[in-house]
Amino acid sequence: MVTYTGADHPPFRLSMLIYDRRYRSLTLQAIVFILVMVMASWLIDNTLRNLSAMGKTLSFDFLFRRAGYDIPQQLIPYNSDDTHLRATIVGLLNTLLVSLLGCIAATVLGVVVGVLRLSSNWLIARLMTIYVEVFRNIPVLLWILVCLAIFTEVMPAPNAYRGENPAAQMILFDLIAPTNRYTAIPSLGMTNPPGTIALGREAISWALIAYVVVIVVAWIAWRRLRVWAQAVQDRTGTRPTTWWISLAIFAVPLLLLTWYFGLHLVPPVLRGFNFADGINLDNALVVLWLALTLYTGAFIAEIVRGGILAVSRGQTEAAFALGLRPRRTMSLVVLPQALRVIVPPLISQYLNLTKNSSLAIAVGYMDLRGTLGGTTLNQTGREMECMVLMMGIYLALSLIISGGMNIFNSRVKLKER
Amino acid sequence: MSDTHAETVAYVRETMLPPEPPPLAETGAIKWLRENLFSGPLNIVLTLIGLGIVWLVASIVGPWLVHGVWNANSMAECRQIIAETWGQGTDGACFAIIKHRWNQFLFGFYPQTLYWRPVLAFGLLFLALAPVLFADSERARRIVLGLAVVLTLLVASLLGAGGAVLLAAALVMLGWSALIETRPGWSLLATLVYPFIAVWLLWGGSLWGEIAALAGFVIGFIVWRLLVVRFGLLAFALGVVAAVAWWLVAAGPLTSSLAGVLPLRLQPVSSDQFGGFVLSITIGVAGIALSLPAGIILALARRSDLPVIKMLAVMFIEFIRGVPLITLLFVASLLLNYFLPPGTNFDIILRVIIMVTLFASAYMAEVIRGGLAALPKGQYEAADALGLDYWKAQRLIILPQALKISIPGIVSTFIGMFKDTTLVVFVGLFDPLKAMADTIRASFEWKGAYWEPYIFVGAIFFILCFGMSRYSMYLERRLKRDHR
Repeated sequence: MVTYTGADHPPFRLSMLIYDRRYRSLTLQAIVFILVMVMASWLIDNTLRNLSAMGKTLSFDFLFRRAGYDIPQQLIPYNSDDTHLRATIVGLLNTLLVSLLGCIAATVLGVVVGVLRLSSNWLIARLMTIYVEVFRNIPVLLWILVCLAIFTEVMPAPNAYRGENPAAQMILFDLIAPTNRYTAIPSLGMTNPPGTIALGREAISWALIAYVVVIVVAWIAWRRLRVWAQAVQDRTGTRPTTWWISLAIFAVPLLLLTWYFGLHLVPPVLRGFNFADGINLDNALVVLWLALTLYTGAFIAEIVRGGILAVSRGQTEAAFALGLRPRRTMSLVVLPQALRVIVPPLISQYLNLTKNSSLAIAVGYMDLRGTLGGTTLNQTGREMECMVLMMGIYLALSLIISGGMNIFNSRVKLKER
Repeated sequence: MSDTHAETVAYVRETMLPPEPPPLAETGAIKWLRENLFSGPLNIVLTLIGLGIVWLVASIVGPWLVHGVWNANSMAECRQIIAETWGQGTDGACFAIIKHRWNQFLFGFYPQTLYWRPVLAFGLLFLALAPVLFADSERARRIVLGLAVVLTLLVASLLGAGGAVLLAAALVMLGWSALIETRPGWSLLATLVYPFIAVWLLWGGSLWGEIAALAGFVIGFIVWRLLVVRFGLLAFALGVVAAVAWWLVAAGPLTSSLAGVLPLRLQPVSSDQFGGFVLSITIGVAGIALSLPAGIILALARRSDLPVIKMLAVMFIEFIRGVPLITLLFVASLLLNYFLPPGTNFDIILRVIIMVTLFASAYMAEVIRGGLAALPKGQYEAADALGLDYWKAQRLIILPQALKISIPGIVSTFIGMFKDTTLVVFVGLFDPLKAMADTIRASFEWKGAYWEPYIFVGAIFFILCFGMSRYSMYLERRLKRDHR
């Protein structure tokens, strides 16, 4: 019997670190790691030396000092006596506001345009192609500047809306008045307000809480309805008609609440030199929102078009051959497959829009970069701390959005074995 | 029976009737209209809406364009001419601003007498790219080469380049074209030399600086090549050491002494004189050229089996993709001085190029990673079965296929990056879109000219970006190898 000995444990030589495949990868990783660490420590050392040469220390104390500047657009109460930290939060909320509004509007616009670009109507298809190509191939900064120029140069002054024969007309059933300083939109009013609950300096209306509770409860009820319908279908083979129950579950309580609180729109009215009663939106927000929507909408349109084209015609025909109605064909066969193609690039478009909202700098909208990376940075002179904090917040925001959307993606994507 | 047919059956026709024209509704414009515009109630409504949009845009923009004035010296004069020609209260474009200031939009504050230098650098770019981009389509390559040579010389002479300059440029371009046509392999070396020529043409100064920098790369390459058989991986490190040693020790004194013997000097142009499209295209081309290899390396690192390298690549890519470009540019302008040894300071354009490259390479890495992931596993296994080592397998089998798959993504990353070069305005550089337009509007004559600069600059961006996207479609078609 031959026992195999020998090459199992050859004596270790230093050259094996390079030539032996078992050790080479470890050597390489160690070298790269050491190089990166040396580089990082060199950078940190330089930074510390530079900071001490200027007599600065790394400290985030400035966040708790008085900010001393005003922010025109704010979601939570803020005045110039508040701290830099609160200014930062106001800026972050402004970033989130314009990103959220932009994502919603761009999705709606993109879906409509993407579908219309596939339309058999020659004129509409061509118009949509022109829109998509023009907006995709020109920098977003230009669209922001063009929208800004439209609002500052073309829109009328507030007092142009005055008089019997005003020079300007309010749009959308006399609800919205774009002016060259702000855009007046209607606010929500209640004839029978239920009072508020105070949380620090914020006041949350009980009405809002009531609406949230009702929607959550209705959503749970709707889920149970679907489970029940599925169970019936599994048992008997026919699916009960549920659309009117679903509609009622959501609509009836919401309408009841609206009727009870007397919720209604309060249109803006010109009083003196300015509009009152409504909300006067900072034009910077409107301009940024409009430009980001138009720009990102063109990209989303292409994604939607690609997603629809990716579902082969045979799928629709097969569904019809099985006897599915067009609506169920769309919801059960075409959409799940199209969404699988659409969602991943859509996520990156949402991220792009959020990051592009930092171009608020071009219109003077006080977003995160405008507060923390702008006025706060300039007032306190703490470039290092402000930039690190700002990049950290943007990074966290991106990771949260992509994480959340990845969960959604894993639910719509094809279950493969 | 059939030969008696015609005589015996009286009601059979003897001659064919001439063919009737098709019904009016099934031919020509009417059929087209019915099928494409009015095929159903929904389509009729859509068509009417579309016509409404077209009419609305045309009624606003049309007169404004028609009333446009090309010959004037100021905005006020424009308005006066429009009021005189078309009556009081009419609005019109004042394209005179383009006619007067086009050179600033294109060249920024580059000295007027030296405009031929960026033009020549831009023209040579096409010569450098032709063997790469149009490698196996002889016709397309010849058209590109011919157009590049003729247009460059024409534009350079129109912009006032001297006779000697034109002659030298013509000789270089013709020689280079001949090289591309006769020795395509060698012309790739010329492509590698191009960046150094372009830097010399754009910034001027002594050519010896660029030659010394290039020599460092050559020395590093030679060291690696000589030692790679003997030392393997170590040879790469030795090559890097040799190149760095050359740059630090020998390059400086050698450059100054050689410059004393033979100057080879062009009038230097400092970075703050760059602006307009010269700046955008410089940053864009440099970023594109650097971010593709960086992106490939990052993508390979992210798919690597080595956990440390993979982790570093993931951290880098996710960090860069998670922050807006504008914050990176602020880092370049505000914080870079903190990170470098006290007293160092280097060119702002170079800093911006570095940041733009880092930014684009992270996106590029993700695009290429998608291409790598889309390759069937069999390709990797086949490469292993052939006994190829890692780099040979990547170079010969994996990357050519993966890059082909990712062409659309790569080109759209390029387009995105080129559009993003306008953001340099926020760190104080003169991009064509905002900074240049603001500068020109700040002058007394052109106060209030908003739309004309945007249209001009936007049109140029559109042409360049649209051209790139069309090229990517062409490339996709040409490289298509599936048998469908």
